[in-house]
Amino acid sequence: MIRPEEIKMSEEETGKWGMVINQDLCTGCQACVAACAMENNISFVGEVDSGYGRSMHWIRIERFWEGEYPEVKMTPQQPMLCQQCGHANCEPVCPAYATVHSQAEKLNLQVYNRCVGTRYCANNCPYQVRAFNWRDYKRPEPLPNQLNPDVTVRRMGVMEKCTFCIQRIHKAQDVAKSEGREVYDGEFTTACAQACPANAIVFGRVDHPESLVSQLARKGHGIKHLEELGTYPQITYFKEG
Amino acid sequence: MSDLKQHKDAAKSHEEHLREKHLMLDPLPRGKMNEMVMEAMMAPPTWKWWLVFTLLAGFVVWGLFYKWGVLITKGQGEAGVMRPDYWGIFLVNTVFWIGISHAGTFISAILRVFRSEFRRPFTRAAELMTTFGLVQAGFSIFMHMGRVWLAYWLMPYPNQRMLWPNLHSPLTWDLLAITTYVLGSTMYLFLPLIPDMAMARDRSTGWRKTFYKILALGFRGTEGEWTHLRNAMNIFAFAIIPVMFSVHTIVSWDFAAATRPGWNSTIFGPYFVIGALHSGMGAAIAVLAVIRGTMKNMKYFIRPEHFDAVGKLMLIISMGWTYFFFNDYMVQWYGGDKWTRQLLHFHEAGPLGWLWFVMLISNIAIPWAILWNQKWRSTPWLVATVGIIINVGMWIERYVIIPISVTINRMPFTWRMYTPGIEIPMGLGTVALFILLYMIASKLIPLIPVWEVQEGQMAHAFKKFGRETVVTVSELE
Repeated sequence: MIRPEEIKMSEEETGKWGMVINQDLCTGCQACVAACAMENNISFVGEVDSGYGRSMHWIRIERFWEGEYPEVKMTPQQPMLCQQCGHANCEPVCPAYATVHSQAEKLNLQVYNRCVGTRYCANNCPYQVRAFNWRDYKRPEPLPNQLNPDVTVRRMGVMEKCTFCIQRIHKAQDVAKSEGREVYDGEFTTACAQACPANAIVFGRVDHPESLVSQLARKGHGIKHLEELGTYPQITYFKEG
Repeated sequence: MSDLKQHKDAAKSHEEHLREKHLMLDPLPRGKMNEMVMEAMMAPPTWKWWLVFTLLAGFVVWGLFYKWGVLITKGQGEAGVMRPDYWGIFLVNTVFWIGISHAGTFISAILRVFRSEFRRPFTRAAELMTTFGLVQAGFSIFMHMGRVWLAYWLMPYPNQRMLWPNLHSPLTWDLLAITTYVLGSTMYLFLPLIPDMAMARDRSTGWRKTFYKILALGFRGTEGEWTHLRNAMNIFAFAIIPVMFSVHTIVSWDFAAATRPGWNSTIFGPYFVIGALHSGMGAAIAVLAVIRGTMKNMKYFIRPEHFDAVGKLMLIISMGWTYFFFNDYMVQWYGGDKWTRQLLHFHEAGPLGWLWFVMLISNIAIPWAILWNQKWRSTPWLVATVGIIINVGMWIERYVIIPISVTINRMPFTWRMYTPGIEIPMGLGTVALFILLYMIASKLIPLIPVWEVQEGQMAHAFKKFGRETVVTVSELE
């Protein structure tokens, strides 16, 4: 019999950055969606395209209900974003190496200027969290003034997705390095976690056992979405408990 | 004595009957036959030809090139694709055209390897279908790309930053397989064309003479040249068969290697190969019927016996397709995965469930109902109609596999139906270009490989064994 401490984790399983999302706390206010769009220069696709399933948000709030009308029961809101899989389905299928795994950050990166737009990655993503630039969407004045200078503005024909706000990760790491220390737990967080008024999203190092996100994830009743596919997602969800 | 005479008469009429029925037993002098083919090719285009040509060319310019320009400048948003249907009709058309191009090589290479005599008059038309179909498949796949102007990044070319295509990706395998297939099938089309080019060179003047002279590569028809040509064709016929199987298997891996319910099926390889043959044979027979109906002297070369023979193949392939379809469906359903069950239910009972039934009727019911009967099978227009219906059915099959299947995924929040947009004129544009290329080819190269027919006729003879007349075939090659 194998004891738990004898089980060696494969390279894919050990992530670096991760999240815990508590669906019971989520009110569905969409503050994370708005904050993410601001932080990451996400295009506004307009009413028509948005209604046709072309909204480009990197995080979305999924709402479901159970039962038939009128006995309908709402289930907890489900924020869905890139799960930064350790063994990601999107990565091997790209013919141009535009979606790759970062060795340093253990994140799935999308290389915008290498993307040729075959959309295979989005097709193969079981979480359906990738967003494609279907058109060159205009930003009317004065919206261009609020673009985040740390993030690339993407053009038509490329795929994009949640990066766990890698610009913030790098900024924090640079500051820590210049001060000759490690990044503290909670020193910075992603735009969505920062904006969440209910603290339903917690971001941090999952490879440090004492970080808040690791402590929360250990609470025992968390689930990882579509874990059965062997994707090793880095986000733990809690609901109804 | 009168018995003998009666028998002789019967034998004679039997011989007559065979002659009428089989091209191989009905030889004409070589000069006459060459003339017939040249006449069919050189006949000045009629006003009807010009009318169809102009309409098709106009449609290609508008539907294919202008609309493609719109798509490139305005983005893939012009098409109907969105989340979760990231792949739409462009990929349906890619798979469809690669399927069509399959049968060309199938008829030509497999039947050549197996020495099927009925193949002789229509190998050329079938091989052209391979090449022209691949042109459309190429167009369709490039239309699909978000940034098509960077398509060369998918090719392994040396560059300073050492960036190479990702060999893990089925799309890269696809690109390599299709490139191999394009090169292989083009050479395989060209080799048997050389003697006919030489024939045309010796019988034409003006720009045509220069054109054929270049393409004939100085072929004179010496014994040594024939030996080399036969060896080369033999090598290509054997080599192109595994390439043909691999291409459509790899096309199926674009889907089967993905983690999606309905796609992740191990039977997809052979299922796609037989599907490709199904649509390809249907298209080939429709092309043959058009050639027979519209070009001069073609009723001599393409006879009901050919429709009969291809009809039998179509029937068998239809049965094979049915088996693989059932196998794919059954095993996926039996797997019991909840998303796959949802999807299979969505196929037949969803809002586009009627398409699924049209697919089964046109791929199974109609071919089985018509092609079992030899008399119906020998009626060109009927077999050609069945061929076109099969193609509609096979197009729907790909439509069911791609946009309808990706509607259902493991994230029910994103489920959404696909509505095609600019794909429709552009898809019809590829059909128009396909027909247009055939029309141009019919005026430039002999659609009948004359030397192959003549070779076959030389090999066939009537022989008398006692009172019986029997047909013999000798080995020439």
